[in-house]
Amino acid sequence: MSELLLPPEHRYAKIIDEKRNEDGSEYSILNLGPTHPATHGIFQNILLMDGERIIEAEPTIGYIHRAFEKIAENRPFYQITPLTDRMNYCSSPINNMAWWMTVEKLLNIEVPKRAQYLRVIVMELARIADHIICNSILGVDTGAYTGFLYVFQFREKIYEIYEEICGARLTTNMGRIGGFEREWSDEAFRKLNVFLEEFPVAWKEFENLFERNRIFIDRTVNVGAISPEKAMAYGFTGPNLRATGVDYDVRIAKPYSSYEDFDFKVPVGKSGDTYDRFCVRNAEVWESLSIIRQALAKLPEGPYHADVPEYYLPPKEDVYTTMESLIYHFKIVMGEVPVPVAEIYHPVEGGNGELGFYLITDGSRTPYRLHFRRPCFIYYQAYPEMIKGSLLSDAIIILSSLNVIAGELDA
Amino acid sequence: MAIETAYIQEKMQQKFADKVSNFEMQNDIFSFEVTSDSVREVILFLKEEEDTNFHFLTDLCGVHYPDNEESRQFCVVYHLHNWVENTRIRVKTYLNGTQPEVATISDVFLSSNWMERETYDFYGIKFIGHPQLKRILNMDEMVSFPLRKEFPMEDNGRTDKDDRFFGRTANC
Repeated sequence: MSELLLPPEHRYAKIIDEKRNEDGSEYSILNLGPTHPATHGIFQNILLMDGERIIEAEPTIGYIHRAFEKIAENRPFYQITPLTDRMNYCSSPINNMAWWMTVEKLLNIEVPKRAQYLRVIVMELARIADHIICNSILGVDTGAYTGFLYVFQFREKIYEIYEEICGARLTTNMGRIGGFEREWSDEAFRKLNVFLEEFPVAWKEFENLFERNRIFIDRTVNVGAISPEKAMAYGFTGPNLRATGVDYDVRIAKPYSSYEDFDFKVPVGKSGDTYDRFCVRNAEVWESLSIIRQALAKLPEGPYHADVPEYYLPPKEDVYTTMESLIYHFKIVMGEVPVPVAEIYHPVEGGNGELGFYLITDGSRTPYRLHFRRPCFIYYQAYPEMIKGSLLSDAIIILSSLNVIAGELDA
Repeated sequence: MAIETAYIQEKMQQKFADKVSNFEMQNDIFSFEVTSDSVREVILFLKEEEDTNFHFLTDLCGVHYPDNEESRQFCVVYHLHNWVENTRIRVKTYLNGTQPEVATISDVFLSSNWMERETYDFYGIKFIGHPQLKRILNMDEMVSFPLRKEFPMEDNGRTDKDDRFFGRTANC
């Protein structure tokens, strides 16, 4: 079989031959992906297997690489937000807000409290959407379709809230430098309140279906465990790291957008296995809900964007009637805005861990260099080691419990 | 809590003398430069030393400065983080433009393995001693290094996107 799939000089071919001569065992090769329905994204792994057990894995990535870093070097700041959407497309508002905050850090713009709180609300909604997908798909992969159907309609509800805020659903392109493009409508708040009422019931039900479920526990406990030391060495951040017991969270370590005003816990696991990753994400959803409630209760009155006419698009009716606004509109759309020379690194807690933007500007209309620190890309390199020695079916659920998003992996 | 930047500077200068330079606060991150031959030792030192303890590699990436002099045309930027003291640090090293080479740190930080491959893929910077230095996001058959500034983003033959109409020259 191996001769058909791999060139004879491939190291797997050598291992197979050696093993056959040594003790007569028949290793085989299995090509998992790139477009396998169980991998939920475009990941290819060439597995060396002994029967059902994985001996070694060789991942190939880059199937949906879209050269965002190169494109970003040729676009003004406003045109880079749609690129960030398409990285972690399960929680695009976090990426959008992270990008705006990077630009605001560069330009030294103070964002009004109200806009900061609204950002917190939408970022936590995005985190919930992200964790809904990860945990319910993990359920599907272990054979429990029901839970997925229970909670997935709430992702739809979250998308409807996004729609009220910015008009888009999946790739949101939300916000502006200094705040939001418009005040949130009453309808948005109404939908948010309905969501806050209905979702916890469904999420509780979802938890009950899984957390003490014998089959689910058998499938996930001690599967794909990683030690905290190893996880840190591999650059894990976010829920996957916290499942190992390390309580690193950017929202606590370096609060941005007024996270210091809210009271929330950082859930941690113990063994770093698939079950712990599931539980940490579950608990984080509850914390996110609590943050949203606090932010809504304390939501200050005031403007929804900073007063920075040089960077913030003027209202459309003014563009047609006043000269100033027309000039600013034209300059902003064409990207002709003053930009200082600086180097900025801004991290936020994304759905999967520390999402960072490293921005170098040289005073021109486009970034000189923009590098995305994508958590998925960094921790996915631990995958071959995590699945070594496990069953093929476990490799699938380890992949979904790591929540590797192809868009973020390949950028 | 944070480690005093002056303390880090003093410590680095004591240990590495003229190998380290250009200490400055860039926005909220303290950064400095290292000569390319001692990057590995500096990073190992920052990681292993008890009172600096930068145990987490946040990010590693390359930058291309084609307008600099020959010896400083490439830059590799390392972001390190000490979670206990919650201090970040940025280490930069400038490399030769014709033959960019630097020692790998993939044995110091496992996570740098793919990040170095990515940097090699896009800039052609060679990481000496890397266990598997090959392209990662682009296809293996590719011959150019796409994030270098001389690599054009779009087809040069296009006439519908002429930047001169907007009073500026193209910047790619």
